[in-house]
Amino acid sequence: MTDAAFNFAYLDEQTKRMLRRAILKAVAVPGYQVPFASREMPMPYGWGTGGVQVTAACLVPEDVLKVIDQGADDTTNAVSIRKFFVKTAGVAVTEATADASIIQTRHRIPEHPLTEGQILVFQVPIPEPLRFLEPRETETRKMHELEEYGLMHVKLYEDIARHGAIATSYAYPVRVEGRYVMDPSPIPKFDNPKLDGNPALMLFGAGREQRIYALPPYTRAISLDFEDHPFRPTKADHACSLCGSATSYLDEVITDDRGGRMFVCSDTDFCRSRREAAE
Amino acid sequence: MTAQAFAQQALTGGFAEPASQSARAFRMALAVLSQPGTIRQVEGAAPPAPLSVAAGTLLLVLADRSTPLWLAPSHDTRELRDWIAFHVGAPLVAPANAMFILGTWAALQPVDRFPIGRPDYPDRSATLIVETTALNADGPGLRGPGIRGTARLALPEIAAFRENRRLFPLGFDCFFTAGDRIAGLPRSTIVEAA
Amino acid sequence: MYVAVKGGERAIDAAHAWLAEARRGDAAVPELTVAQIREQMTLAVNRVMTEGSLYDPDLAALAIKQARGDMIEAVFLLRAYRTTLPRLGASLPLDTAAMTVQRRISATFKDLPGGQVLGPTFDYTHRLLDFTLMAEGEAPRAPTAPIRDEPVPHVTTLLDQDGLIEATPPGEAEPGDLTRAPLELPADRALRLQALARGDEGFLLSMAYSTQRGYGRTHAFVGELRIGLVAVELFIPELGFSVEVGEVELSECETINQFMGSKTEPPQFTRGYGLAFGQNERKALSMSLVDRALRWQELGEDDVGAPAQDEEFVLSHADNVQATGFLEHIKLPHYVDFQAELELVRRLRREALPEAAE
Repeated sequence: MTDAAFNFAYLDEQTKRMLRRAILKAVAVPGYQVPFASREMPMPYGWGTGGVQVTAACLVPEDVLKVIDQGADDTTNAVSIRKFFVKTAGVAVTEATADASIIQTRHRIPEHPLTEGQILVFQVPIPEPLRFLEPRETETRKMHELEEYGLMHVKLYEDIARHGAIATSYAYPVRVEGRYVMDPSPIPKFDNPKLDGNPALMLFGAGREQRIYALPPYTRAISLDFEDHPFRPTKADHACSLCGSATSYLDEVITDDRGGRMFVCSDTDFCRSRREAAE
Repeated sequence: MTAQAFAQQALTGGFAEPASQSARAFRMALAVLSQPGTIRQVEGAAPPAPLSVAAGTLLLVLADRSTPLWLAPSHDTRELRDWIAFHVGAPLVAPANAMFILGTWAALQPVDRFPIGRPDYPDRSATLIVETTALNADGPGLRGPGIRGTARLALPEIAAFRENRRLFPLGFDCFFTAGDRIAGLPRSTIVEAA
Repeated sequence: MYVAVKGGERAIDAAHAWLAEARRGDAAVPELTVAQIREQMTLAVNRVMTEGSLYDPDLAALAIKQARGDMIEAVFLLRAYRTTLPRLGASLPLDTAAMTVQRRISATFKDLPGGQVLGPTFDYTHRLLDFTLMAEGEAPRAPTAPIRDEPVPHVTTLLDQDGLIEATPPGEAEPGDLTRAPLELPADRALRLQALARGDEGFLLSMAYSTQRGYGRTHAFVGELRIGLVAVELFIPELGFSVEVGEVELSECETINQFMGSKTEPPQFTRGYGLAFGQNERKALSMSLVDRALRWQELGEDDVGAPAQDEEFVLSHADNVQATGFLEHIKLPHYVDFQAELELVRRLRREALPEAAE
């Protein structure tokens, strides 16, 4: 049952219309950051207010919602956001990726392949991929307008010159349909290949920075690289200690103070379903 | 017109349950715009003729006092103005200043007068709600974001949409409406030549 | 054997219960009432109302109680509530010249129409802890004087009559609203003032102070600081006239700044403006100094590269609810991106120091 003190999914209808218009423009211009009048939500900026607003604008009463943080359903902020929508929208929730119609995520794309009709909503801290090269919004806006992405390649090239490799391991920029360079949120670059041509609709919400952007299904999103230094997704060179998966992204867990450690799937639903299938 | 007739036409036909009805209709709008060629059903609005259920529903979902609207001659009727004033509240403006454009394709001509956004803010562009009669896959091939391979959609013409795509990332975005059905054509879609 | 951490929900519920207990403190000590906070922590209430952009002393007091005295948390509570309120209308511009002043000082003229009114100020108190307050002694009654029934025109209006200060004709344009439209840069002055009014008092204080120390100096005189009640009027279209819907207490500061003139303007004084809810002098003063510093472009002054001149920098970082949210979010788990960095550093080390490879 929803809390009658709030409108469905918390936001008032006028706010939802504003968000929905922004989402549609984001879909129409993939990878371009649409400014929107982010509202003050009852949770702090930086804790998913952008994702929460996008999810609230998309939710229908029939939705089945999954919320993950770091790939896990039971991390505290995922629990908190899930609770918020159960209370304000009364929607069904699930931990199973395949059963969810909307998934709100922070820092991961689920291991289980997404399907057409699903929506993946990313929480985004800094939507501007050029921000750490040029702090001024007035400048970066111009750079996107003129497709001046040379600075980004210079940065990647300097990495190679200094380290022999590109030293960006998460929030790795992608070029969308050959036009806008986009920040995929701080997902590990291991997840980047899933951005490209994914059958699900991917929506990105940055509340504090007031930006929404999107990757429609089957959209090209290519990780920036050089021919002689091609993009390489990486993960810890281990198998999951719980389910044995050698292909999933792993969290490292320190087990004692003598250097003992183990590696487990960051995607808790993926790991659990593999263990259940093995039993 | 009598006051009663006015009340019947202008004051009815909005959403009975705005939050859930607009949410469901938005998801359909999102589906058709993010997957061009897809056709979906929407419901909720019961606007006066000539506005279709689908176009009326889209207006209720997306437009309000903050979104200037241009009514093409095909839809610029007293009854519709009253209905929009009561249920939507969108100020009616000239085509060059509108965020939403409503009419039949013939009535929208020429389409190069609608806002296409600015190079630094391409989102500041018009959304066209094009009333049509034939909404089916009997049309040109579509390629681009949202489409796996090729999709097909009946379009009122081809050249205008190819020209619109040429402006990318500027350009307008379209919803096509017929009865209670909608389809979408964002500016990113490449419409194949006949 | 490691088991994936479960029980986030239980942990959150327990933390919230503990928080409520900690908020109450020692149950043997009587609980604070909201009215006590409203009446006796007035300056805290004023700050929360100003930065929370909502004039409601009771709710601000409640927010302070709920936030355990954390001012930014209280501002956040009030803002989150404000967002859900329907907007019934917009008031007419407030007429601060018609303020019923409780305090009004000018640093530019020894005496002037309306006079100098010291009012309830800390200014000349000796900062000695008053142990009678600890003993809960009764406050002595302040002496009273008859109300001076005379107009209190703004100092800047008096200067304006001689053309000595820049003219600020009333504009017809509707000011923007940061809480309804995303900030676009460059912003106009009305939007900047809104951002500054909502901005963190400490941030603005430091920015204003930096201009005084030479980082974009504008040499501000406090033309006037006035605090008092101002009527709020709403125009009712159905009636065809406006009605008074209430009163708000405001602190208003107008600074008068040196200006040597430019290609288009003769030498004259220029203005900085600050406005805050309730008695909130530091905020109003800071705001007017920062406002003036941000006007360098419009007045044809040089950009000396001072932080307080940098509109994008000031407006992007003045909001404490945004700032603290983003700052504190680093407490959230970052296992995934940290793991990615860990792998990268290990790989780079292996390549750089093959002999040190694990």
